[in-house]
Amino acid sequence: MPATYENIATTTLTSNTTNVEFLNISQAFTDLVLVVSAKDSGTGTVNTNIRVGNGSFDTGSNYSYTFLGGSGSAASSGRSSNITSTLWGAIGTTNNTVAMLHFMNYSNTTTNKTILSRNSLPDQSSGQSVSAWALLWRSTSAINRIQLYPGGQQFASGSTFTLYGIKAA
Amino acid sequence: MIIPGIIASRFTPQGDFESIATVSVGAGGSSSISFNSIPSTYQHLQLRWIGRTNRAGNASDTVTIALNSDSGANYSYHNLYGDGSAAGAGAGANTTIMYVGWVAGATALSNTFGVGVLDILDYANTNKYKTVRSLTGRENNGSGIVSIESNSWRSTSAVTSLTITSQFGGTYQQHSQFALYGIRG
Repeated sequence: MPATYENIATTTLTSNTTNVEFLNISQAFTDLVLVVSAKDSGTGTVNTNIRVGNGSFDTGSNYSYTFLGGSGSAASSGRSSNITSTLWGAIGTTNNTVAMLHFMNYSNTTTNKTILSRNSLPDQSSGQSVSAWALLWRSTSAINRIQLYPGGQQFASGSTFTLYGIKAA
Repeated sequence: MIIPGIIASRFTPQGDFESIATVSVGAGGSSSISFNSIPSTYQHLQLRWIGRTNRAGNASDTVTIALNSDSGANYSYHNLYGDGSAAGAGAGANTTIMYVGWVAGATALSNTFGVGVLDILDYANTNKYKTVRSLTGRENNGSGIVSIESNSWRSTSAVTSLTITSQFGGTYQQHSQFALYGIRG
């Protein structure tokens, strides 16, 4: 029987890395929480992508998102649908972006999977410095793997990714 | 007492983040979900949900919560939301219930639910009014909304119960789930 809030796995990058993956995720929990502290190894702010799956990563047009963002001068919102991966925030090059992603009821096989994300990007020169996201994976399959990658860039060495499981009674 | 359509369970406590109780809505649906006799032994509470109601003709419904069965005009709220087209904000004063987040309504995509994570900080403190904050949203592949919400309950009473309903009188559908956790300080 798992603890109510349990560290499943932690990844700390020792070199610049394109993909960060969590595989064979235990199905014993109710929700997953992914805590990210990461920078981009490239030259500018970049949006970050996520794919999930069961047995393999879903690369079909089965993702969508709605976001709310603040840039310091304006608040905005946007969405995208029928996409092959979904965004969950952005990372910069100067300071670590911090984010928490909540994968709600990830292991059930009756509902499509909705993920909430809050993202804080403290680089002063970038947009969307604070944001909240609702993501959807249109599949009733349980999630047993997660893949994160910055678009066209790499996560910088030293970036950390910690996956927790929350077990409801 | 077994309530038809509701499956509730309690867990033996362990650690600083503990599951207090979980309500999973069964095939009969439920118009309200209650957590009663909440112990005062934690520092904070967290409520995590996935939900869908039968609100007709709409892809959204709003989660509303009363604390300690208080139906007086003792609440207020602010929110910041994005609907995919624009960001907006809302507020209400002297409300009779808290408006804390989103679930899916009847016209949402099949098998798609709204979700939320809600925190009640210092819920048992009898020297403070209670502030409730939440991150919540629903995504419908072409429509959706994400928001951050803040609610205030102008009472110094310790929170001992949560009664969860729908703003529009919807019935929570099967597979909706509300899980209450206690966080030790």
